[in-house]
Amino acid sequence: MLPISTKETELADEIVEAARSVPAHHDDALRHQTVIEPPRGWQFINFGELWRYRELLFFLAWRDVKVRYKQTVLGAAWAILQPAMMMVVFVIFFGRLAGVPTGGVPKPLFYLSGLLPWFFFSTALTSASNSVVISERLITKIYFPRLAVPFAAVGAAAVDFLVASLLLAVVTLGYVAAGQCPMPGWQLLLAPLTFAIIALFAAGLGTLLAALNVAYRDFRYVIPFLIQVGMFATPTIYMQPDGNEGRMVELLLVVNPMTSLVAAFRASVIGGPVPWIGLTISVGAAALIFVLGCLYFRKIEDRFADII
Amino acid sequence: MKPAIRINGLGKKYRITQGTPQGSYRTLRESLVEMAAASFRRLRRSRTESDQMEDFWALRDVTFEVQPGAVVGIIGRNGAGKSTLLKILSRITTPTTGRVEIGGRVGSLLEVGTGFHPELTGRENVYLNGSILGMSKREIDRRFDEIIAFAEIDKFLDTPVKRYSSGMYVRLAFAVAAHLDPEILIVDEVLAVGDAAFQRKCLLAMKEVSHAGRTVLLVSHNMAAITALCDRCIVVTNGTVTIDSGPENAIRQYLQQSPASDLLEVVFDTHVARKGARMTRAYLSSQSEHSCRTIQSNDPLVINVQFRTEGESIRPVLGIVIKDIYGGALFGNNNRIVPGYDFDLADNGMLSCKFDRLPLLPGTYLIDLYLGDSHQDLHVVTEALSFDVGESDVFGSGKLPPRISGPFICPATWSLRRGS
Repeated sequence: MLPISTKETELADEIVEAARSVPAHHDDALRHQTVIEPPRGWQFINFGELWRYRELLFFLAWRDVKVRYKQTVLGAAWAILQPAMMMVVFVIFFGRLAGVPTGGVPKPLFYLSGLLPWFFFSTALTSASNSVVISERLITKIYFPRLAVPFAAVGAAAVDFLVASLLLAVVTLGYVAAGQCPMPGWQLLLAPLTFAIIALFAAGLGTLLAALNVAYRDFRYVIPFLIQVGMFATPTIYMQPDGNEGRMVELLLVVNPMTSLVAAFRASVIGGPVPWIGLTISVGAAALIFVLGCLYFRKIEDRFADII
Repeated sequence: MKPAIRINGLGKKYRITQGTPQGSYRTLRESLVEMAAASFRRLRRSRTESDQMEDFWALRDVTFEVQPGAVVGIIGRNGAGKSTLLKILSRITTPTTGRVEIGGRVGSLLEVGTGFHPELTGRENVYLNGSILGMSKREIDRRFDEIIAFAEIDKFLDTPVKRYSSGMYVRLAFAVAAHLDPEILIVDEVLAVGDAAFQRKCLLAMKEVSHAGRTVLLVSHNMAAITALCDRCIVVTNGTVTIDSGPENAIRQYLQQSPASDLLEVVFDTHVARKGARMTRAYLSSQSEHSCRTIQSNDPLVINVQFRTEGESIRPVLGIVIKDIYGGALFGNNNRIVPGYDFDLADNGMLSCKFDRLPLLPGTYLIDLYLGDSHQDLHVVTEALSFDVGESDVFGSGKLPPRISGPFICPATWSLRRGS
């Protein structure tokens, strides 16, 4: 019989103590009755389950944020630098070179207030779409509601957005102080609302793409392309439509929910007309995509572990 | 008492398309082409074309119950369906047929370190990993010190996990999982990871989990662990439960079921192409030239292996490992260790290894064969042969050493000097 060292015996005793000190959760056992059966039909979100796993959602998002800026010199400052640098690029190319109208609003402010919601959307969409494939090890080894993965990715992007909005606040207040921009009024309330709708839209589309990406890896290449095109297909980021555009632009304004959402966000920050009709359509579109995305995801999620 | 786990008619089917499991990722193009081809086939109603899709039932009609507090071992050949069963119980994949009812929280250890992120520190990973395994932040806070103490990584708490040695990594991962406190613990081959001291710790921890009233399901190839921990053992063969009884009984039946126990002579599959050389036939003999199965303790044993080269001649090297019934290696030899047997080039022949006396206690033993040349192994067959050592009065007293002291007979003499 091989002797165990005293250290190990001590440790073993501690384990015994620990195991005995915790009462067996008999009530929990009844509460946690689980039934496993072959899947059937379409299921929407299991809200109760997601709520029970809310801390996991938080931890996954926290992990994404932490890892993104670990070992970087600038850390979270990148969340500010990216939109800031893009703003400069826009000022030079759209503003000076191409001379695209911004309806009298100071150009840096105009572009920044459009870029922020766009960056949030594109980051959320990209990370959500790739989230499931990246979490392959998790998904094949442990059970948790799979929707937590793309949702957490959107959450992580939201953190970047919040950090970047500090920059926007500073820039806006600067222009207000210089008298070139009105002080934001009640319309500011629209900002969190638009943010929430963009989040809903990104979550829905991201969840749909995440599920598709598992089975068809083509989508990994489609997504960056979509984002690129999307930026140009959302003209409200870089120009103020003045009603003289052709049918093409009008079509875009309706078909792409982001156009109205970006415009609404900008209006909430710097004043100006809010595109109420477009906004309502966007809300509907975002909700619809969210529902469809989740339904499809839930249908496929049972086979993730088999396919990945 | 309501069973902790109740499984009824469980089945899992995979579809294989020409060798690749369907649903392994493919490109859109492949899918579209496949869809078009399938509808085209349907259109032409060609029945001559065999269905390219095959159904593979990894599990079929599995039914059993586990009472709360039981420790059940699950064994079987690789590919028998054990891991699929665990995956379904852990809700990682869904069944095709049947129903499972589980009472209580399930903690699955299908791999240690699930969710660890290399860039995060040990401290951060404890929270992340614990959360993924289903612990609330409060639970993790409460257990944090115990977890760190169990893992013995106090000094390295705030360094990124990617800098940990593999031992530290595994200790930390298991520490978190061990403090999970689920009603039902499902463990898959975790014991295969880590050094001997760690494995012993794992065994102890699992023993305490079961003493605390939790149910444990353990899949392992480590028969000694199964015998030590479990009070019930289930054998899965080709997707169904074939044996369900106490561990010693089940293991014995399982080993008899496997081909190794019938082997006193084996002819190797010649269809498999091998470079260099291959073994064609192997058999055991003892006192005479004839092949035999049973010897007595301290009898000689000769292992004979016929080989043939495929191409160039080689300087043959044969390695032999004698193992116990649990697969634990006991001793071995090869012709390069013993001086004078570095054979010359040969195309084919019969290699024989003779052990003059095998000092083994009664039992069944297995033999691994390794054929090679002076540089590398060319043909390896584990558990190629087996033999039994029969009961005999080795010491002349009618008594033998107890099983736990191991399989070897080492004579000793004793004396007592009275007084202080």
